[in-house]
Amino acid sequence: MAKKRIISTSINGDPVEFLAAPRQTLLEVLREDLDLIGTKEGCSNGNCGACTVILDGRPVDSCLVLAVEVEGSDVETIEGVAPTDGLHVIQDAFLDQAALQCGICTPGFIMSTKALLEENASPTEDEIRFHLAGNLCRCTGYDKIVRAVQQAAEGETN
Amino acid sequence: MASVEERQFRVEPFPGGAPGNQRLVEEGRLPEYAVVGTRPVRHDGTDKVTGRARYGADIKLSGLLQGYVLRSPHAHARIVSIDTSKAAAVPGVHAVCTNADLPSASHRAGDLGEGVVDWYHLNQNVLANDKVLYTGHAVAAVAADSVHVAEEAAKLIEVEYEVLPPVLDVREARLADAPVLNDDVRTDRQPVGEQGDTPTNVAKHFHYEKGDVDAAFAAAELVVEREFTTETVHQGYIEPHTATALWSPDGKITIWTSTQGSFMIRMQVAELLNVPSSKVKVVPMEIGGGFGGKIAVYLQPVAAVLSRMSGRPVKLNMDRSNVFDATGPTPGSYMKVKIGVDADGMITAGEAELLFEAGAFPGSPINPGCMCVFACYDVPNGRIDGYDICVNKPRSNAYRAPGSTHVALATETIVDEICEAQGICPVEFRLKNAAKEGDERVDGVTYPPVGMWETIKAVELSEHWQSPLEGPHQGRGIASGFWFNFGGNSVVAATVNEDGTVSLIEGSTDIGGTRASISMQLAEILGIAAEDVTPTVVDTDSIGYTDVTGGSRTTHATGLAAIKAAEDIQAQLRQRAAILWDVDAEQVEYDSGATLTGPDGQSIGFQEIAGKLNQTGGPVVGRGSVNADKHGGAFGTHIADVEVDPDTGKVQVIRYTVVQDVGTAIHPSYVEGQMQGGAAQGIGWAINEEYYYGDDGRLHNASFLDYRIPTCYDLPDIETIIVEVPNPGHPFGVRGVGEVPIVPPPAAIANAIYRATGVRLRSLPMSPPKVLHELLAADQ
Repeated sequence: MAKKRIISTSINGDPVEFLAAPRQTLLEVLREDLDLIGTKEGCSNGNCGACTVILDGRPVDSCLVLAVEVEGSDVETIEGVAPTDGLHVIQDAFLDQAALQCGICTPGFIMSTKALLEENASPTEDEIRFHLAGNLCRCTGYDKIVRAVQQAAEGETN
Repeated sequence: MASVEERQFRVEPFPGGAPGNQRLVEEGRLPEYAVVGTRPVRHDGTDKVTGRARYGADIKLSGLLQGYVLRSPHAHARIVSIDTSKAAAVPGVHAVCTNADLPSASHRAGDLGEGVVDWYHLNQNVLANDKVLYTGHAVAAVAADSVHVAEEAAKLIEVEYEVLPPVLDVREARLADAPVLNDDVRTDRQPVGEQGDTPTNVAKHFHYEKGDVDAAFAAAELVVEREFTTETVHQGYIEPHTATALWSPDGKITIWTSTQGSFMIRMQVAELLNVPSSKVKVVPMEIGGGFGGKIAVYLQPVAAVLSRMSGRPVKLNMDRSNVFDATGPTPGSYMKVKIGVDADGMITAGEAELLFEAGAFPGSPINPGCMCVFACYDVPNGRIDGYDICVNKPRSNAYRAPGSTHVALATETIVDEICEAQGICPVEFRLKNAAKEGDERVDGVTYPPVGMWETIKAVELSEHWQSPLEGPHQGRGIASGFWFNFGGNSVVAATVNEDGTVSLIEGSTDIGGTRASISMQLAEILGIAAEDVTPTVVDTDSIGYTDVTGGSRTTHATGLAAIKAAEDIQAQLRQRAAILWDVDAEQVEYDSGATLTGPDGQSIGFQEIAGKLNQTGGPVVGRGSVNADKHGGAFGTHIADVEVDPDTGKVQVIRYTVVQDVGTAIHPSYVEGQMQGGAAQGIGWAINEEYYYGDDGRLHNASFLDYRIPTCYDLPDIETIIVEVPNPGHPFGVRGVGEVPIVPPPAAIANAIYRATGVRLRSLPMSPPKVLHELLAADQ
């Protein structure tokens, strides 16, 4: 197996160095080596969005990013979303609207929502549904997730 | 009470809900509760929105090994030999196992709560013995320092196969000259209990009959008989299966896993590994969806065997293709259904022949399919034959109202056809024929109070039903569905804390918010806030036996256990107040405001007496243990509006309403969530989802890219109308809500497609190629 390399990056605002083999995905390193288990694995081929993280401001499936590719990048995971004194407005909205059932897809949805609202503070329902179409949820039928994103958008623009 | 026809109803917004969340209200009947019917934030919510909740794959243990399962590339083959020596020799590999490392199993039946297994077959499903019966069938497993080493080593396992012809279609599999999957399977005829004497793929034949069917059909004004097919579909939970096991030198096995039933995993592991169940502790991790598919074991016993062989804890994770290839699914089917009506549009007779895929081993939900096929209506004469047939696909498992969605497609589209032929409104037809209290189903069950009629009434009164359609190629359909729900065994223990809160422990794994719905029932009885209850789902060593989270039973049965625990707390607190006031406990009242009052005006609140427990006899723990047998069946009726693209055959659902009798909604948000989520799965089943097999029996679409479940861009808002016809078998009237919402969508959408295009689809999925084919055929 190829030798591991040292990768220097920023995760949730903190400088982080880790060792990664060329074959390892960012998802595997986050979960297995850095103990950031909030990022979930649903399919490992970029179809479900459960492993969504924000990489240099863009939402990405961390299962499709090799760990060695994040050298010098800023990575934001679900663990970095809440402020120290409570929850982020998106997290509150997901709880208020009962926008989760089993919860396995929730971290990915929250990361995609965060990326959306940072780009477009007042999305229409159609824009919300289009933007979140890369995140699969099998429990909710999405209705309450869309309501939560709408609530979060209103909260952020107030 | 007035007859249902005389009662006055209205549809109104459900308090606290989003736009589109409504309820049916009957004039003069609105029960008042303090906690039940409100929408508190779920207790496990913060952990789940911050990524702290720990699911099956999140467990870490010191010395943990990772495993990999080698799977069959063939749909049907005899295993001639397996040589694991090269894999075992790879540096970093600690154990390699095959079926030979499992204790031998015998033919005995085990009840898993949502289906029955033969232990011999389950043994062979976990690790194939002399044959592989589907692509992805587990053959061997490796434990190593990393999953990558385990995978590389597994590829060095040499398996010699003698490839056999596969059989994939139920109609072919039941023919006398079809390849037989299991030479030990004989046809079991129920309910008579006769056994066939030759090896066959037809594992079961159920037969039910009521009245004089042939005479009723002969006298009918109109008889419609149609054939239907559906394809194999998967539950599609986002969390793949995972299991971690430690077989300790003291003989104790600990399993960390995500499951719908910890005690069911304990039973299966103990049976398959031939150890006493007390030696197995199952620690339920958070579960990332199940829908019936996370009850049977796959990885758990294999991880345990690898742990025994290596002396280390071992974790096995499936990837998504493993999940599609080798778990779930719910069966494909062939159905022939016939319904007769009189000149007034009253159903006089029904007949059904149902063929369900068992998959590799017997066990399809054919019996519930038989019992559901005519369950929505009062059918005076009926005959039902159902067959469970083995084919070279993964062993089928429960999926949300197992069997009922299939048969609703048949019955509900035939009903629509009858309505059109007789010029009767589909709502009026269903109001006239709806199953009511006292009606006897074809399988012999007589209904207690049920809410089928009320769901139709709510459709009739809804803004959706009354609104016009706006564009060309649009159509509206309705369909109804039934599910039994279930009761079963549940245990709750609740400890009163000195600060006036209650810690509640339970054995029901929480898939969709049941910690909240169970805590709310305890809080309602005690008169405290839902937030003052702290619920925890604990392992099998820490609480009494509890059945699976399945059958829509948890809020009903574990809720009953919570109510009993609350009543136990009330009784004990009355005794403590009696000690404080030097009176008899019988003289102490516990009022709904969480205050205890004595005979001479004494009064003490729940919080205050909670702080005095250690001075009045010690801690108070309330216990509730139930075997619930008064579950209430659930009916739902859905309204679907579709738009069909005449050029591509694509069906777009443009408006959708779920109407459902839930008994009583404990937490309306999560009730609505079940209704919406079930409908979304049913919509996917209706228009997208299918297992796509090649002639060689290989599954060609084992990924979320090619097995496409609905995304949020595919679906409209899903409106809800909650109907509350209380279940007399529960103090608050809970029926259970989780399963029935998946049942009506395929039929409702098929009926809507007909109204939009004039073409009747009788085959799922109603995907663009199939719809376009029918549109073009109709044009000629």
